[in-house]
Parts: sequence; structure tokens; C-alpha cells
Amino acid sequence: MIRVFAALLCALAALPAQAQDTMPPAPYAYTQLEDPALEAEATTLMQTLRCLKCQSQSIADSDAPMAGDMRHQVRSRILAGESPAEIRRWLVARYGDYVSYEPEVSATTWPLFAVPVLVILVVAGVLVRRLGRRRNDAGDAA
Amino acid sequence: MRSLYLWVPLALFAFFAGLAGYMLTQEKDQFVESTMIGQPLPAFALEPAFAGLPGASKADFTGGRPRLLNIWASWCLPCIAEAPQLEALKAQGAEIIGIAIRDRPEDVAAFLSRHGNPYARIGSDPISEVQLAIGSSGVPETFVIDAEGVIRYQHIGDIREADVPKLLAELEKAQ
Repeated sequence: MIRVFAALLCALAALPAQAQDTMPPAPYAYTQLEDPALEAEATTLMQTLRCLKCQSQSIADSDAPMAGDMRHQVRSRILAGESPAEIRRWLVARYGDYVSYEPEVSATTWPLFAVPVLVILVVAGVLVRRLGRRRNDAGDAA
Repeated sequence: MRSLYLWVPLALFAFFAGLAGYMLTQEKDQFVESTMIGQPLPAFALEPAFAGLPGASKADFTGGRPRLLNIWASWCLPCIAEAPQLEALKAQGAEIIGIAIRDRPEDVAAFLSRHGNPYARIGSDPISEVQLAIGSSGVPETFVIDAEGVIRYQHIGDIREADVPKLLAELEKAQ
């Protein structure tokens, strides 16, 4: 009985695999560049790019076929002499800020950075007022 | 007045709890939209995806009239659901050029003989190169390309019956 159950569970777990292709990965999806300096450049860039299929992973971390194809783009473009900044710009021009896995200040993201600063300022203001008042109270009592 | 202030944290908490509860009932939108709308198609030339139809290049999208660019794959389950709607679009005069992502010729041929072939051409994109170049983040997706080869509209996900008139209208708009 348990075996049947286990088999069923395995079958269930195997289902999503059907919706994947069977093609071999792109040439540079899992193959590093020969030049260690270029590979280091590519890796640093890949860690700052978001996988579009599995959105809480960078393309360096993801095994999704699309992440492999994106790594191929990064490595082959680096090999062709493009700079990491150019490749990043190329992707952002296609997918917007979303593809960036590194927080960047832009027209749409600035509130993320501004709000904490604002909150800290408000809290500091409140604290100064309160502590100031308490000191005054203490002074009155003395 | 002071006692009123005491309620502020609770009110804030209730607000955030309510917001979280509300967001839980909302469908999660995981679509990443292309930011290439209004931009010309990048140059590309893809080999035929199988022996039955020619491949696809940027030149196939320029001249004459707007066309649909359908990003799909034989291994993609929603693409099966989409097939009849593509047929409907073709029946109503749309020219559909397909790009098959990470696909094999025999699988493409089998898919088309089983689910119908609404395509005028299908290019094979074995490493998602063109897909990435136009800002598409999955299969299936359908783009409206005007006669100058400029991307005018993106439909993400499978085309449902209700999307057919919308896509026809977008084709009309791209004239």
C-alpha cells in the first residue's frame, strides 16, 4: 500500500517535467569561458540578473532552461567583447528593471530607497521632541 | 486626544493585516512585460523549425500588412489550448509567423499534425535567442508586428477565445 502511495507521489512530482523541453542546453549555459578573467566578469554579471521564469533566483543560480539561455547570451556576448554594463543595458531595454537582480535607483524604484530615509527622519524627529520634553519635565520637577 | 493617539498603532496593524488579507485573494501576476513595444524587431534569421514550412527572418515581417508573431513550443501545454484560437485568427485573415523555442523538427511536425497548423512560417530558436531579443519571457506569447517591422502589442500567455477579437483589433490598429 505504501509502495503504491510512493509511486503515485513520484508520478505527481514528475508531472511538471512534461512541460519542459528535451533540447540540450545552449553551448555556454553550463560551460565556463576559457579565460578565467572573462568568466569572472560573466559570473559577476549573471549574479545581478534575474531569471525570468523563476523570479526569485539569479540566472547564475537557476537551472531553468531559459536561465541557461540567458547565461549563454551573457557569456557569448562577453566573449565577443561586450562590456557587462552593455549586456545589462541590453537586457534592461527588453525586460525593464525587472530583469535586474540588483536593486537600482530609477524612476520607478526611488520610493523604495526614499521611504526608509523618510521614516528614519520622522522617528528621529519624534524622539528628539519626546526626549527633549522629558528632560524639561525632569528640570521642572527638580 | 491622547487616548486617540493610542489607537493609531492598532489601526495601522489592522490596515496592514487587511491589506495582506486582500492581496492573498488577488491572483498573483508573474508576467514580465516586454519593454520593446514601439521598438523595431531586432534583425534575425531563423532556420525552418521543420521540413514543412520555411523559416522566419525579420524581412518576413516587413511590407504589406501587420502580422502576428507567435512564440510557442511543442512541449508547451498551454500552446495546445491556444491552437484553436490561432486557427480562428488565421480564418479571420491574420498572418501568423511562429517561432518555436527549444524545439525539435519531429516534435514540431507531430504537434502541428495533431493540433493544426495556422502558421505561414516557423523559425526554430533552439537557444531562445530571438525570444530574449524581443523581451519575451515565456511560451506562449503573441506579438503584433506592423508592416514596418515595429513591435506594437504583446499578449502574454495562451490566447483565449475572448482574446481573438482583441488581437484582431490590435492588428487593425497597427495598419
